Parts: sequence; structure tokens; C-alpha cells
Amino acid sequence: MKKTTIVLHSGDSDKLMSALIIGNGALAMGGEASIYFTFWGLNRLKKGMLAKGPLSKMNLVGLGAWAMRMRMKQKNVASPERLLNDFKVLGGRILACEMTMEIMGIKKEDLREDLVDEWGAVGMYINDSQDAGLTLFI
Amino acid sequence: MSRIQVDIFIDVCGETCPIPLIEMRKAVMKAQKGQIIEIKGTHEASRKEIPMAVNSLGLELLDDLDEGNNTWRLLIKK
Repeated sequence: MKKTTIVLHSGDSDKLMSALIIGNGALAMGGEASIYFTFWGLNRLKKGMLAKGPLSKMNLVGLGAWAMRMRMKQKNVASPERLLNDFKVLGGRILACEMTMEIMGIKKEDLREDLVDEWGAVGMYINDSQDAGLTLFI
Repeated sequence: MSRIQVDIFIDVCGETCPIPLIEMRKAVMKAQKGQIIEIKGTHEASRKEIPMAVNSLGLELLDDLDEGNNTWRLLIKK
């Protein structure tokens, strides 16, 4: 099975979950996987931000996001923190966009440095995707 | 059927997608070649996707058993 590379551009919780579930699925099926956190997606790598964030639809000033978190807890859906840890345990790589850091004034120490494998820009993502069988922009 | 000797047992009852798949993969990473992994769960979609992963990983699915109460058991050989 070939590599899967995912660009996480969105900071919305539902899209973060999609990226993490697909990434873990790819690893579990025996492939390699990376997630490139960029723009609003990179915000979720800030310390304490993994569990927080809006929904892309029906956010209702945070009420929708809260209801979704409750519902997911009720249905025993794994948290983003757990899924990100599993992603790392299975050999997934986390890439952080340095250009986003410059634009948004984010420093390395603002981010979960313990999770990041590589720091770079678009070239890193393209280079990583050259031998990928699946690439997604989320 | 004689009882198969299980080397690694994982219980993912109550867990939903993609946790059973992830836990299966972790167990496969831990297992030695030739060892048997048993995974017990309740999530129906996982019962379908784990055999796909087994195939993709080049492993062998020895059995897929119905336990009643929506519970299933899969036996995998590394």
C-alpha cells in the first residue's frame, strides 16, 4: 500500500477529526501517512487547542460544537488527542507549515513541538507526496 | 473445532471506528510472526474493515465468529 498525504487547512473540529481518522485508517491498513498542518489547521496544533474548535457547519456560536462533543462522548468516539497519539504510535508523521507560522506570528514554542516531526513549507508537502497514492486537502 | 491458542487478545467492545482498526494494527506491530491475535468487538463497521486491513497487511484471517448481542470475534494470524 502506498503513502497517504493529507493537508489539513481547516481548523474546524469535524475536519480535524476526518483528517485524523483517515490518517489512522491508512496506517492501520499498512500504508505510510502524513498530515501537513497549515493555515487554520495549524492553530489546532497550538498548546491546548486540540480539543477546542468550531464546527464547519451548525456551529451556532459554539453551541453546536459543544453538542457534537457531548454526542461523540456519548457514542464513545475517540478524542482528537487520542487519535493523534495513535497516529504517532502507528508511525504517522506530523508536518507543520512554517509559512503559516510567519504569517500568523506563531512561534515553535506556541505549538505542540512534541508531536511535530518536520517543519517546512509547500516544498516539503509536495516532496512528501511524490510517492503518495492518495493525497487529500481538508 | 479445536480451540486455537491465542497469543494476543484485545477487547474493543463499545469502541467505535477507527479505534478497533487502530488497536488491531498495534497488536500486529507487537506480535511475532506466526502468532495469533484475537480481537473482540461490537462495532459492525469494524468487523468489515478489519478483514480488509488483514488482507492489505498480508496477514491471514483465521476466523470470524458471531458471539450474539452484536458481539464478534476475529482471529488473525501474523
